[in-house]
Amino acid sequence: MKEQNSVKIEFPSISANEGFSRGVASAFAAQLDPTLTELGDIKTAVSEAVTNAIVHAYPDTIGMIYIKARVLPGDVLEISVKDRGQGIEDVERAREPLFTTGGEDRSGMGFTIMESFMDSLKVRSQPGRGTTVIMRKKIEKRSSVK
Amino acid sequence: MKLSSTRQGPKLILRLSGEIDHHSAREIMSAIDERLESGPPRDCVIDMEKVSFMDSSGIAIILKTYRTVNASGGRLWIESVPAQPMRVLDASGIDRLIKISALN
Repeated sequence: MKEQNSVKIEFPSISANEGFSRGVASAFAAQLDPTLTELGDIKTAVSEAVTNAIVHAYPDTIGMIYIKARVLPGDVLEISVKDRGQGIEDVERAREPLFTTGGEDRSGMGFTIMESFMDSLKVRSQPGRGTTVIMRKKIEKRSSVK
Repeated sequence: MKLSSTRQGPKLILRLSGEIDHHSAREIMSAIDERLESGPPRDCVIDMEKVSFMDSSGIAIILKTYRTVNASGGRLWIESVPAQPMRVLDASGIDRLIKISALN
């Protein structure tokens, strides 16, 4: 069986790590030869998930954020972003466009963008235990230049 | 610095550059507020030509600027948006409120 590639990183919920995390996701995804648009979508979705963890999971403290990325059969990229923060009381409501418990510097579009830019999005959360966001995106094979 | 600005009479041009995310958003918002407080413009343009990345934090910045400019009777539009930020703007539906043009 062909071995599938994977990577794990963890870092504290400091906003300077937003750029770092999407850079790692982008570098890992590059092995699937994505288009610039696909790469931009992956970076944006990871940025949204990590920002949610920083802003909502650990609002008054610094906690750890865990990212696992792996290549699944069929050129599917899976990225999970996990925290052990305060969790989400009502996941369905949190996923509604424009819903936010953040201030005026948040737009409430994070989950909407993750859903729009990736093929699938699963959110598992338990109040007091944390949240895991699992996103998948198939990277389309590009036809060779003739 | 991720923001530079030019006044042309009643028109204020705000030029954003670099990566716009939650990490940089507060600094950008404060810098825009400062420029708007020094005299609300009739017309305000956000030029995004040099923006290399934007997530939904950019939407919040644009909406806040829109509310401030709109409250003083001014107009806001967004120009020269590169492909990645344009996908975020498209997903947000913000074009129903604000005129947006892509980078050619």
